Amino acid sequence: MDTPSATKTFRKIRLQPYLLLLPAFLCLTTFTYWPMLQVFLASLTNKKRVGDDGSFVGAENYLTIFTEADFLGALWNNAFYAAGTVIPSVLLGFLFALALRETTNLSAILRSALFFPTLVPLVGAAAIFIFVFMPDIGLLDYYLAKLGLSATNWLGNPDLALVSLMALTTWKNAGYYMLFFLAGLQGVPQDAEEAAKIEGANWLQRLYFVIVPMLGPTFAFVVVIALISAVSQVDHVIVMTEGGPNNATNLLLYYIYQQAHEFYDLGKATAATVVTLAALLTLSFLSLRTMERKVHYET
Amino acid sequence: MRPELKQWAAPGALLAATMCAVVFLWSTPFLWMLVASFRPDSFGGLGMASLFPDFVPTLKSYRYAIEDGDWPLWFLNSAILVTGTLAVQLVTISLAGYAFARISFPGKEALFYLFLLQLMLAPPVLIVPNLTTLVHLGLYDTLIGVMAPYWGSAFGTFLMRQTFRTIPKDFEEAAIIDGATWWQVLRHVLLPLSLPGLTAFSIVSVVYHWNEFLWPLMVINDPDKMVLTVGLVSFAQGAEGASDWGLIAAGTLFIMAPLFIAFTAFQRQFVNSFMSSGVK
Repeated sequence: MDTPSATKTFRKIRLQPYLLLLPAFLCLTTFTYWPMLQVFLASLTNKKRVGDDGSFVGAENYLTIFTEADFLGALWNNAFYAAGTVIPSVLLGFLFALALRETTNLSAILRSALFFPTLVPLVGAAAIFIFVFMPDIGLLDYYLAKLGLSATNWLGNPDLALVSLMALTTWKNAGYYMLFFLAGLQGVPQDAEEAAKIEGANWLQRLYFVIVPMLGPTFAFVVVIALISAVSQVDHVIVMTEGGPNNATNLLLYYIYQQAHEFYDLGKATAATVVTLAALLTLSFLSLRTMERKVHYET
Repeated sequence: MRPELKQWAAPGALLAATMCAVVFLWSTPFLWMLVASFRPDSFGGLGMASLFPDFVPTLKSYRYAIEDGDWPLWFLNSAILVTGTLAVQLVTISLAGYAFARISFPGKEALFYLFLLQLMLAPPVLIVPNLTTLVHLGLYDTLIGVMAPYWGSAFGTFLMRQTFRTIPKDFEEAAIIDGATWWQVLRHVLLPLSLPGLTAFSIVSVVYHWNEFLWPLMVINDPDKMVLTVGLVSFAQGAEGASDWGLIAAGTLFIMAPLFIAFTAFQRQFVNSFMSSGVK
């Protein structure tokens, strides 16, 4: 059976590329693919904490969380939070990059100042922003009062607390996204812009017809990382509001964290994780698809 | 540099003025933090929000922060965490990036998509099963356990693949004709030419792990292995700390200091590496 041709085919498949991928792949398997499977299996059981065996309960956990106000609230809050952080931070990042794309001494200083919030640890920023949002004496109210506006309990009001967290996230991320857009803008060929200008396009038309389409891949990438951060960052919720007031700032990851580590209900925590993963994958996939369709690749 | 682009600044002065105003507004929380950390009355009060120091600066908050926290230990642990994560990442992403950029092999596309999948699933989301895995591997409550999930970075692999692909193949072919093996090519030709990519990735990785909170909070129990962010929260939420803004500001500035200094010192290289590394 050991024909020469079989040996030849075997030889053709070289092991080297697989060995090169192995270290990274091993890590991804241990901490991403295998846990995805595990989390799915655990979501079908009534495990209470790590180490429990639990017994098979089928879709019960899913039925529970989808009829539970807390989880549905967290899902809705997170959707609102994602829209309200991704859109402003990506747009601001783009506008900042556009305004500061030329390299001058002034723009270098302004870029750094916009980038600094990225370096502040989210827990530190969250602790500081508790003061920013304090009624009366806080930074925001203190200066709003000078404009004649009245005091607001930003973090204590269920209608405003999540919006306040969004403001913090936007403040922290826009400068980071600006860097990606600055990199992307370097790839926009001069002659395309120049040609559009000669054709009589004003700056808004050049922006819309030349720059934005060329930056398609950058937009796609930045939107995806912004979406991921909207679901995977929770430090500020832990430090500032603990999900409150009245669950107004309960985000998915905070819900999972609470179920697993405060209420000891791994079944619910893992079911919520599966829903979160599915949402994250769907959204990332859709945004990549939509943006890529608008891309004009250089050939 | 790009005179044709001057038209963007058509009303140039107006744009510059607007940007300066926006940036000032953007900087206020940070500026306030600086001012508050030197304020004598750090517990609040009506003038607390003022951005203009109307007081004699004091180092009191810094002294309390130093006394209250075990900073040397936390700094050490964070430094171990960050370097241990990055060192392994640089090896794995270079190898994997090289395979994806330069070699064709069966299943490449499928594996590539599998990597892409991880890009979208940030480890904090998989916190529950990953903790279970750490317990099974005997890595719970160790710094290695905090690092391990990040050792294979899909983001880094993509970045290196992208970077390697921008290097002309002629360079490698010349080396191969001279008798170099693949790893000599990687080590002496590709990697030195990929410094911008490696730098950009290192910055992103260091900033992320230096500032990470939830994952180290969950993995570490032993106070001797506490990292900076977890330490900050534990002491900021301490008996008096909760409303001592000066103390919190000083502590946050402590954590930021190394990143801040590094960024200020290497600002140009940093921005350049980001821009030329093909991070898009």
